[in-house]
Amino acid sequence: MDHLALASGGSAAVTGDVAVLGAGMHPWGKWGRGFTEYGVAAAREALADAGLDWTRVTLVCGAQTVRGGYPGHVAGAAFARALGWQGARVSSSYAACASGAQAVNTARAHILAGMADVALVVGADAAPKGFFAPAGGERADDPDWLRFRILGATNPAYFALYARRRMAVHGDTAEDFALVKVKNAAAGAANPCARYRRAVTADEVAASPVVADPLRLLDICATSDGAAALVLSSMEFARRHTAHPVWITAVSTVTPRFPQTVLELPDFATDSAAGTDPAAGTGKDGAGTVRTGAVQAGRDHAGTVHAGTEPDRAGFRASIAAAAYEEAGAGPEDLDLAEVYDLSTALELQWYEDIGLCPPGDAARLLREGATGLGGRIPVNPSGGLASFGEAVPAQAIAQVCEAVRQLRGQAGDRQIEGARVALTANQGLFGHGSSVVVVR
Amino acid sequence: MGRARTPVVAGWFTEEPERPEDFRLLGTRCADCSAVFFPREDDFCRNPACCGTRLLEVPLSPRGRVWSFTDGRYRPPAPYVSDPAREWEPYTLVAVELAAERMVVLGQAVPGITVADLAVGMEVEVVPGVLNEDDERVWTTWHWRPVGARP
Ligand SMILES: [Zn+2]
Repeated sequence: MDHLALASGGSAAVTGDVAVLGAGMHPWGKWGRGFTEYGVAAAREALADAGLDWTRVTLVCGAQTVRGGYPGHVAGAAFARALGWQGARVSSSYAACASGAQAVNTARAHILAGMADVALVVGADAAPKGFFAPAGGERADDPDWLRFRILGATNPAYFALYARRRMAVHGDTAEDFALVKVKNAAAGAANPCARYRRAVTADEVAASPVVADPLRLLDICATSDGAAALVLSSMEFARRHTAHPVWITAVSTVTPRFPQTVLELPDFATDSAAGTDPAAGTGKDGAGTVRTGAVQAGRDHAGTVHAGTEPDRAGFRASIAAAAYEEAGAGPEDLDLAEVYDLSTALELQWYEDIGLCPPGDAARLLREGATGLGGRIPVNPSGGLASFGEAVPAQAIAQVCEAVRQLRGQAGDRQIEGARVALTANQGLFGHGSSVVVVR
Repeated sequence: MGRARTPVVAGWFTEEPERPEDFRLLGTRCADCSAVFFPREDDFCRNPACCGTRLLEVPLSPRGRVWSFTDGRYRPPAPYVSDPAREWEPYTLVAVELAAERMVVLGQAVPGITVADLAVGMEVEVVPGVLNEDDERVWTTWHWRPVGARP
């Protein structure tokens, strides 16, 4: 892998890398307090982990939700105020489930541009009970409002559509889905920051009530309170400050490509592929080699792609990971672990294919072989995943990076993957947002 | 009766077809690149290779094949309308692939159709339906119905 050579002798100007000096989390749960409190706890832990005083931070990047970051209560400034105003620059990012990664990317861009040397990234949420629902009022111009009004389509309904599709196309079974939960619960049981910390059996999954056929309650991630934070710095600062940093070598925040042929939340329909050729790419003139290359990389990693009328061709999720691989100069064969967004058990399997761990349709086989469990060839969600955490939206993409950092430093305790050097995180949220981060040591 | 039949959202389907079998979902087609949109785009074409602004209303194919399906076993939150005093009755959601448009369109199944009645690949057709009723209005929508199922 090119990067490792560069990291030892190169410079930030060459590699585009930033250092992770500290990681911190507030445990996930339903604690009934405000998001700022969780965020400050995670931030202080990350600063302590970095061995840096808060006043040394020159940029605060908050990841927010509409719930937690409504105008007048914006995440970045809320955290900075609670930590004590000290004049640092501030930024707030909203990108649904990718909010945390966008905050990381904002910090990275500032550092690489020389506009900040030490940045604090914080995401925190205090989640409401039950199904996520849109804001109130009559808002017929908002597709998220309309899908509840017209279809009653909750987030799990979409997860269930994907799950049923996998069963029909790839032959996945409810037992395969349950096995994902069993695997992630086993890992989460060893994670002090997880909300659910006990082993779960396949029988327990099968005995839980159906929420949206074919998915049961234990196939679907809960919503949680929680917070995660990172202290990032320039390569030069890191070299002076510590002997053993880990590096962020890629942050992908790409958007989908038209036509989007896989049904996404909160849409009523896919784009129409009629009249366009999905295989040829659809950029305007001069779209350039970066986009084309990212698509191509996605295809190489994911194996054969069936363009044309086949609606399951490599889509947005694969393109998110492909852009991260390209930026990192790495591929799926380099990974020691991956943290992916298991909003449902079936979606974790989808991610195996989208990040290139196996060809389309082979994810359940990879799971059954034990390859993706702790001790397997390529552990996925060694943190326990959303299955063990429940989703704290703006914190979750940061928490994925925290797990990568702890694994690469050898600090993951009973979850430790021996000798881990390269980790990839991936997630996808509403409204065309997604992210993938590559972390190496 | 006497309550006004009102589409839950205007312009997404034929409101008063001459015959029930003429009911269609309505999208738009870009006059420049022929890309089709549902829900309708009326101002700008979303094809990144096109700057089209003339979007013409087109009916979508009345039949397609089930891409996937699920149901809602728990009462969804507002703005979905349901009577909290009545026991929740699951409804069925169907994602339907339209061959000509090469797109997938979601909708509820006609009442009475459950997941046990459906399979991926099954042919379904779009039919007019009622979403909910209140004191003043009957809110109309579209439903998917397996071809050959009793009306
Ligand atoms: Zn056009």
